[in-house]
Amino acid sequence: MTTMTDPPRASFRLSMLLNDTRYRSYTFQAIALLVLIVAFAYLGNNLLTNLSAAGLNIAYDFLDAPAGYDINQRLIEYDSQSSNARAAIVGILNTLLVAFLACVTATVLGVIAGVLRLSKNWLVSKLMAVYVEIFRNIPVLIWIVIIFTIMIAVLPGPREFRGDGATASMVLGSFAFTNRGIYIPAPVWGPGSMMVVITFIASLIGVFAYRRYAKNLLYSTGRLLPMGWPSLAIFFVPSIVMFFIMGQPIGLDIPELKGFNFKGGIKIGGPLIALWIALSVYTGAFIAENVRAGIQAVSKGQTEAAGALGLRPGRIMNLVVLPQALRVIIPPLISQYLNITKNSSLAIAVGYADVTATLGGITLNQTGRAIECVVLLMLFYLTISLSISFIMNIYNNSVKLKER
Amino acid sequence: MSDTHENSVAFVRTETIPEREPPFTASGPVKWMRENLFATPANSILTVLALLFIYLILAKTLPWMLNGIWSTDSLAACREILDGSTGACFSVLTERWNQLLFGFKYPAEFYWRPTLALVLLAVAGAPVLFFDLPRKLLAFTAVYPFLAFWLIWGGTILVPILAFVGVVAGAMVYKRLVTGSFAAGFFGGIGAAIVVWWVGGFLIPEGASDNAMLGAVPSRDLGGFMLNMMLGVTCVSLSVPIGIALALGRQSSMPLIKVICVVFIEFIRGVPLITLLFVASVMLSYFFPPESTVDLFLRVVIMITMFSAAYIAEVIRGGLAALPKGQFEGADSLGLDYAQATRLIILPQALKISIPGIVNVAVGLFKDTTLVSVISMFDLVGMIRGPILASTEWNGVYWELLGFAALLFFVVCYGISQYSQWLERRLATDHR
Repeated sequence: MTTMTDPPRASFRLSMLLNDTRYRSYTFQAIALLVLIVAFAYLGNNLLTNLSAAGLNIAYDFLDAPAGYDINQRLIEYDSQSSNARAAIVGILNTLLVAFLACVTATVLGVIAGVLRLSKNWLVSKLMAVYVEIFRNIPVLIWIVIIFTIMIAVLPGPREFRGDGATASMVLGSFAFTNRGIYIPAPVWGPGSMMVVITFIASLIGVFAYRRYAKNLLYSTGRLLPMGWPSLAIFFVPSIVMFFIMGQPIGLDIPELKGFNFKGGIKIGGPLIALWIALSVYTGAFIAENVRAGIQAVSKGQTEAAGALGLRPGRIMNLVVLPQALRVIIPPLISQYLNITKNSSLAIAVGYADVTATLGGITLNQTGRAIECVVLLMLFYLTISLSISFIMNIYNNSVKLKER
Repeated sequence: MSDTHENSVAFVRTETIPEREPPFTASGPVKWMRENLFATPANSILTVLALLFIYLILAKTLPWMLNGIWSTDSLAACREILDGSTGACFSVLTERWNQLLFGFKYPAEFYWRPTLALVLLAVAGAPVLFFDLPRKLLAFTAVYPFLAFWLIWGGTILVPILAFVGVVAGAMVYKRLVTGSFAAGFFGGIGAAIVVWWVGGFLIPEGASDNAMLGAVPSRDLGGFMLNMMLGVTCVSLSVPIGIALALGRQSSMPLIKVICVVFIEFIRGVPLITLLFVASVMLSYFFPPESTVDLFLRVVIMITMFSAAYIAEVIRGGLAALPKGQFEGADSLGLDYAQATRLIILPQALKISIPGIVNVAVGLFKDTTLVSVISMFDLVGMIRGPILASTEWNGVYWELLGFAALLFFVVCYGISQYSQWLERRLATDHR
């Protein structure tokens, strides 16, 4: 029997690198590595030659130099003498601000539109279909420009609020919608306001604790405590009581027309609002499709079985349909959030000072440090994307079907 | 039996009553409305709100559109004719029609060339999009890129002919060698094409474009919606093969290849397109040899192609992952090697699954071509925001122009997505 003896151990031959599948992969990888190294060496060499020809070098000390330009919309202290790094941080915060705002409103809009698109009301479902199709098929850049134009064209200028023959007036006496932006009252923190804030946070924790307690009670004894009004009461009553006990420490700084413009309050600039609305309605259309797909993915038998168990429609939605639909909805939802963050870089089209406009726009043009600025910009977006996908992976693992 | 009740019942009907129309409220449009619009009080409120919303929109836009003016040559003239009443000034579209479509620098006497290229694009695209058409039409599709290049850029015809000859030579070498081994055929084909181009480069005389049949147009003169179409079509068609390669690389068992593909895909997908366009406009030229001048259009095409290739790779990876493992094992047990199995068994099925995703990426990419206006290329949006709105005649005509741009993109993108749905139904071979 030939199999009793070991097969002859063939010595390694050079041709096996090409013909033997065991070794061929090493050949391919070696070639790939070589090509990669040669490509990088070639590009790097070109880069160095071009840089030295232009008398440039790669250095990041420009970040400490004064930026020399102003930013209207900012969350932290900044003036034109601040460093370029500070300008970049202002930009980063602005990016995160508009991305966060747009994520919240886009989710609300998308969920409403997605649910209404499944409505039995023919008119409403068709209207929502039109909304989704229109916004999905037109570039977001055009939407941003259109909404910015609407703001400028439709809203009154500050001088129309002036005098007796004013053609515009402030909403509720404290909100001014102008074409330069929206002015809203700013809270003024008096002494003792800390106590109110602490009470508010405590009552927030209280709401969660109560709901948790009620749920445990339901699961262990079957006794059902009311959920809605006690939560509301815990949420509002202690803070309001504390507010009056401390003698109304929190006041409002209401914007006023002084000179040519409004003073006081918080100004939300026109570009921020345009970008916020445009990103919300644009992404809302995509989220609506995700929500619709998620709800439709829950089979009808689940609803019917829950009904057969005697659950009421509201509970069927909360306990049976939504938990299963969310499993389908959340992953695409998070990638939509990622898209919002990336699309917020279009702020540059309406002059909102996000990180692309400060670091990648004005700083780049003033210092001429193209490579450094673009690299930093990419690093920022990459960090955001990778952390969001990291969170998404954790979530996906936590809701994965526990299969037997 | 029949006479049992003869005295107790006064009247027994012996014939059926003729059928009557259903009551007015239970048939026809009224029934439909009761069921679909006013089923519950909440539903009725929604309906009324929706009607109010539609009315408000129409009340604003309809008079504006119907009262539109199509034949003046400035906004001031429009306002004069309208004399205070609401109405659109569509004459900006008629007057600047060519600029919107072709940009403001493309020579007017050459407008027929991009138009012809667009018409031929429909002919060349048809056999790719609709499988029922005769396969022989694909021959024209193969010639089309070179023809379109020649039509749009003009210049000497030798350049596109040389490029075409190189591709044909490469294809022939590939056909000859692929029966032995796919790798030999693939690399042999590329090598042959490069040799032909390199040798042919010496044959084209200096200044051949000067007195060419079609006058040469430099790339920086391209603009308008033509630029969007060109970027979209070029980048999508280039990025599909690259995306397939990246997706296969990401599935590969060779760790080095896999790492390269993963890093590339995740990097590109992690940054916004606009930063990649910045790379194209301010950074990429540093990476080319010092004496070369690669024009902005080509640099943008490179970056957008990389961008969409990464997204398409992820879509195709989804398609590959959706294939049952038995397909891979079946191919192996037939004795097919990797290239054969991939080409004959895996890719045809994986691509079929990923077609809707690829079309989605294509639509998204086509919309994203408007971003080139940020790096001061004059595409449709760039034309509107730049030269047209800045001109003295048309300063302030926002709605008409932006609405036109939106309409143009909507028509194209909605068309593509309808095509994708049709294709999905067409390709559904499973019996569900």
